[in-house]
Amino acid sequence: MASSSNISELQQIAKERLRIISGHLQKPANREQLRVSANECKAEAADRSLEKTGTIPKRRQDILKWNGWGYNDSKFTFNKKGQAEFTGKRYRLSGMVLPALREWFEKTFGASLEHKTPARSALNPSEVPPPILNEGFVQDLKGTAIPFSCETEDRIFRAHGHCLHEVFALREGKFERVPDLVVWPNCHNDVEKIVELACKHNICVMPFGGGTSVSNAVECPSDEKRTILSLDTSQMNRILWIDEKNLTAHVEAGIVGQDLERLLNESGYCTGHEPDSMEFSTLGGWVATRASGMKKNIYGNIEDLVVHIRMVTPRGVIEKSCQGPRMSTGPDIYHFIMGSEGTLGVVTEVTIKIRPIPEYQKYGSVVFPNFDQGVACLREVAKQRCAPASIRLMDNEQFQFGHALKPQVSSIFTSFLDGLKKFYITKFKGFDPNQLCVATLLFEGDREKVLQHEKQVYDIAAKFGGLAAGEDNGQRGYMLTFVIAYLRDLGMDYYVIGESFETSVPWDRVLDLCSNVKERIIRECKEKGVQFPPLSTCRVTQTYDAGACVYFYFAFNYRGLSDPIHVYDQIEHAAREEILANGGSLSHHHGVGKLRKHWLQETISDVGLGMLRSVKEYVDPNNIFGNRNLL
Amino acid sequence: MASKTLYSDPRLKKRDDFEDILEERRNSSDLRYALRCYTPLLYKGITPCKASMLKTTVLKSDHVHYVIQQLSKEMGESPDIIKEEAAEILEEMAQSLQLGIIRFFAFTLSKAFKKLFQRVKVNEEGIQRLQQAIQEHPVVLLPSHRSYIDFLMLSYILYTYDLSLPVIASGMDFLGMKIVGEMLRMSGAFFMRRSFGGDKLYWAVFSEYVKTMLRIGYAPVEFFLEGTRSRTCKSLTPKLGLLNIVTEPFFKGEVFDVSLVPISISYERVLEESLYAHELLGVPKPKETTSGLLKARKMLGDDFGSIHVYFGHPVSLRSLAQKKINRSNFNLVPRHIPRKPTEDIQAFVNNTGYRMVRLQQENMVVSPWVLIATILMQDLPGVDSEYLIEKTAWLRSLALLFGAFLDWPDHVPTSKVVASSVALHHNIVRNVNGRVVLIDEEKPNDNSSDDLVFKKAVTVLMCASYRNQIMHVFIRPALVAAAIHTVCNARKEEVFSYFNFLRELFANEFIFTPGNAVQDFEDGCYLLVKCDAVQILKQDFVVTETGQSTISFLVAMLRPFLEGYQVVCKYLSEEVIEGFTEMQYVPAVRIFAVKMIISGSLKSYDVLSSDMQKNCLAALLRLNVLRKTKLADQITIKVNQAAVTRLVDALDGKTPVQKAALARL
Repeated sequence: MASSSNISELQQIAKERLRIISGHLQKPANREQLRVSANECKAEAADRSLEKTGTIPKRRQDILKWNGWGYNDSKFTFNKKGQAEFTGKRYRLSGMVLPALREWFEKTFGASLEHKTPARSALNPSEVPPPILNEGFVQDLKGTAIPFSCETEDRIFRAHGHCLHEVFALREGKFERVPDLVVWPNCHNDVEKIVELACKHNICVMPFGGGTSVSNAVECPSDEKRTILSLDTSQMNRILWIDEKNLTAHVEAGIVGQDLERLLNESGYCTGHEPDSMEFSTLGGWVATRASGMKKNIYGNIEDLVVHIRMVTPRGVIEKSCQGPRMSTGPDIYHFIMGSEGTLGVVTEVTIKIRPIPEYQKYGSVVFPNFDQGVACLREVAKQRCAPASIRLMDNEQFQFGHALKPQVSSIFTSFLDGLKKFYITKFKGFDPNQLCVATLLFEGDREKVLQHEKQVYDIAAKFGGLAAGEDNGQRGYMLTFVIAYLRDLGMDYYVIGESFETSVPWDRVLDLCSNVKERIIRECKEKGVQFPPLSTCRVTQTYDAGACVYFYFAFNYRGLSDPIHVYDQIEHAAREEILANGGSLSHHHGVGKLRKHWLQETISDVGLGMLRSVKEYVDPNNIFGNRNLL
Repeated sequence: MASKTLYSDPRLKKRDDFEDILEERRNSSDLRYALRCYTPLLYKGITPCKASMLKTTVLKSDHVHYVIQQLSKEMGESPDIIKEEAAEILEEMAQSLQLGIIRFFAFTLSKAFKKLFQRVKVNEEGIQRLQQAIQEHPVVLLPSHRSYIDFLMLSYILYTYDLSLPVIASGMDFLGMKIVGEMLRMSGAFFMRRSFGGDKLYWAVFSEYVKTMLRIGYAPVEFFLEGTRSRTCKSLTPKLGLLNIVTEPFFKGEVFDVSLVPISISYERVLEESLYAHELLGVPKPKETTSGLLKARKMLGDDFGSIHVYFGHPVSLRSLAQKKINRSNFNLVPRHIPRKPTEDIQAFVNNTGYRMVRLQQENMVVSPWVLIATILMQDLPGVDSEYLIEKTAWLRSLALLFGAFLDWPDHVPTSKVVASSVALHHNIVRNVNGRVVLIDEEKPNDNSSDDLVFKKAVTVLMCASYRNQIMHVFIRPALVAAAIHTVCNARKEEVFSYFNFLRELFANEFIFTPGNAVQDFEDGCYLLVKCDAVQILKQDFVVTETGQSTISFLVAMLRPFLEGYQVVCKYLSEEVIEGFTEMQYVPAVRIFAVKMIISGSLKSYDVLSSDMQKNCLAALLRLNVLRKTKLADQITIKVNQAAVTRLVDALDGKTPVQKAALARL
């Protein structure tokens, strides 16, 4: 299709597409800063011109927080008037005042602006253990001219993911084992050289992509005595070629989601893979963890998107010899790689499916009288296989949470309209404001088809008592997932800690699992001495033929607890047990890492675990890739 | 030894105080009470539903639908016809709880209870706990079952305290009563057939009906773990059918938790006492009829003393199952497809059943008369009242030491307490010339000796039913005492072996949590040491000088049971040649025992009780002394005579019993 379109039309489409992507990512006014343009971009051009255009620099600290989520310039604060605002210029919410957030925050957590728990302002290098350096390795590495560093800041930046306890430790300035060396390969060959040297000198290699892990996957094993090398893939960020005939792109695995999308957009394409972490997470990371994207209903999850994988292991390079769309050649070796979480090697290059940028995109939302009805509707949508690009159902608590993020309304008219809407839903339609819940929708495709599709979905919703509730509510729902991690940092300034976790579960168990897990969290908090009622909320974020993905947020005010992180861990552990007891999976897309490996055996059986072990034993007998995830 | 286990001293158990709910009824209008505003607090997760809607929900449920489809395939019947059958079953079974009828009962029962009983005492703290539990999770009420009054009484109390009224699993027999059956239905009773083991459709509809009510929090679900009224006033071993049903929604994750609430209802004088004694002696149970009920009105003139209703602590099923049941075992089959419970589930439910019955026992209130009956049963037909008073005082302190929940009036001399108890039970005993004796009005020459034995047996069994009410307090130390008494060698292992032998033998007679022998033994030993009856020196038991009388008393308490089982064994070895059927067994043993009594070779009447006979039969089958074989469509029971001889010898202490596992001693 792309080749037959004339160029200006294509550019038009690409521009529109970019505007939409920025819609839920960036502030529209900020578009220029990204220096994106939609021009006809061919594969070889990409090869040449994209030397150093990645968003993430080698020195991550230049733009990213060292002890929290995201960009240095973007964060929530309470201003002098005590109102919450979001700083910076990057997001739709940036620079806005959120008048309802404070009240929600205080009411939900019993928190108070008086009681602060600020983080340490700067990193104190003397607190970080000195690097253990294998001299022979360092010597050999120097010979390869691949850039590396053993500076404290670089090492600390790659010592953690974004689990609560990891960020909490950073804020408190507590460091245990951190990588000893950081290396930035520029291409597949560099990785081969590094792995070869690592094998030669028996050092431990831990691949590092975007560092957005929430499974302890990049945490260094505290008893690792060998030199730990953090292999930062961020400089392997080029699109090597685009194949318009087959709609595939061959990409280096270190590229972060937003760059991949941006660069493909310039050629009129997209992958459509949009995990909530796409600003920072990398293609290689997605492959290594079996990632899932918000719009998987159209584009598929990572396992559906990947056509070819190249990975460097201690045994050599593993890849397939052709790019056939499906093969019957024994168990799929790519499935050993997808979800291997850095235990077998480094994914260096991936061929991924691409699609022309959709012409039209539309948000939407539906209010349901209660969660049960909402789930029933989603089930029906899945049954009829007419799920939009994204459909998510937030429970009542999360709906209220979303409302707290409403920016100050600009006109009396809007506030009047809001009031009217509220009146209509609660008084006229009789929805209980403490029961109702909202589904957010995102449609994509031809304008005509989108409108048709939209009608179909709204018709189904109506059968389950759903009322259309506007685009704005929908869009805000998606925004929430991008800023939630920033919000956690705000919470941590005021004694509030929290985390999210996910599962997948058959349809018939969705409701029971949601209510039991939420109840378990509340009960465990009480039993563990948490002084304030917790926030325990969930949403159904993905629908499948045979089930759904459920995402939980859990946070509480820890004032009065001497070891809040321990308490937190115990409760999260209990919540996971409850998930498993209710027929939920160990993970839908976060992965196992070290956080959940305790349950892997019961999840995949002894024999299953043995199979994985034997693969590991063959591929990496000396445990060079020693991050100790999974097994 | 004492250092090894952490004993829960039964005396330290904190029990709530009681309030008499009849007191207010005696001082204010029953009509106003029946019409007062009733607004119970409900389960927080309730799905509002009318009784009629409930039936539709059940019929439409995946579970019932699935079973109908299966049966249709199996029998080649159209699903619609089977569905109709299911609807009929549901029609017959379902309750239709209505407040109107509750108000009617509130009024009439107030009148009746005031006539029948002196006091109806309830622990209000238990009521508060229950109220809390009802709001949190679906609740299952598990009352003890000694009388037809039980469930009326419970609903009456819940109404009084403004608590959600329960739905109650009742036997079909009530439906035979005109009008009354329907009234019970409207007061929340739902009816189950006594046995429906093979009927898949019935089981599906019934279990789904109960589970639906539980899941949606329709009302607390009440049933009797013991399955039927205990005619002997001893707790019956738990029946697990309904317990299996109400635990399943938790295992399958359909509810977060279920609260099991043991309730102990103790009667100072049981309404059906004489009826029970007759039934135990083979007089068939009168059919439940409305006219029978009306005839029973004459009881209204009599005094039945006090009732104590103790609402125990709600037990969280979730905590019981923790670490024992892996709920993810239910993940691989759709939840609506019925499956036989796995072994670990069965064991857990069985254990839970025993645990709940034990909790019921723990809070059973024991009246002074129970102590008196216990003493009388060792010295039939009667004793000097001086001796009785002295012995009652002694037994009282022993019972307290063993943790009995005694209802002893404050600041009243023992003599008065004994006198008033004797007066209340004038149909069993009477004070004749300074002796308290069982009544024996009939003139000997009017009757055959068989009739005489029967008449006397009725009174003895009535008296025994009161002794039985305290057996749960004494059984463990009594078994240890009997073991010490029988085993000449006082080594601990030997004593334990014999204890274990008796415990196994009596496992149908008394409530022992399965697999808990060592704990039971240590509990028994602990109590004997505590009351200074024995000392444990290294690995030997030494009976103290003062302890001899206690030991003898405890052994005598067990004697009727030991004798009863010996009589059955004697019957088996002397009378049975080929084998016998279950039908023949009870009358044959009864005739055999009566002969022994008339000939003077048997003193105790307890073995005339069909309950003991059946328990003994079950025990002997369990111990492989007897064996069931199917011969020409009839189940015949064969006797292993060698095993009978071994058992008799062991009971006599002639041969040592098999060594029990001592690993944990």
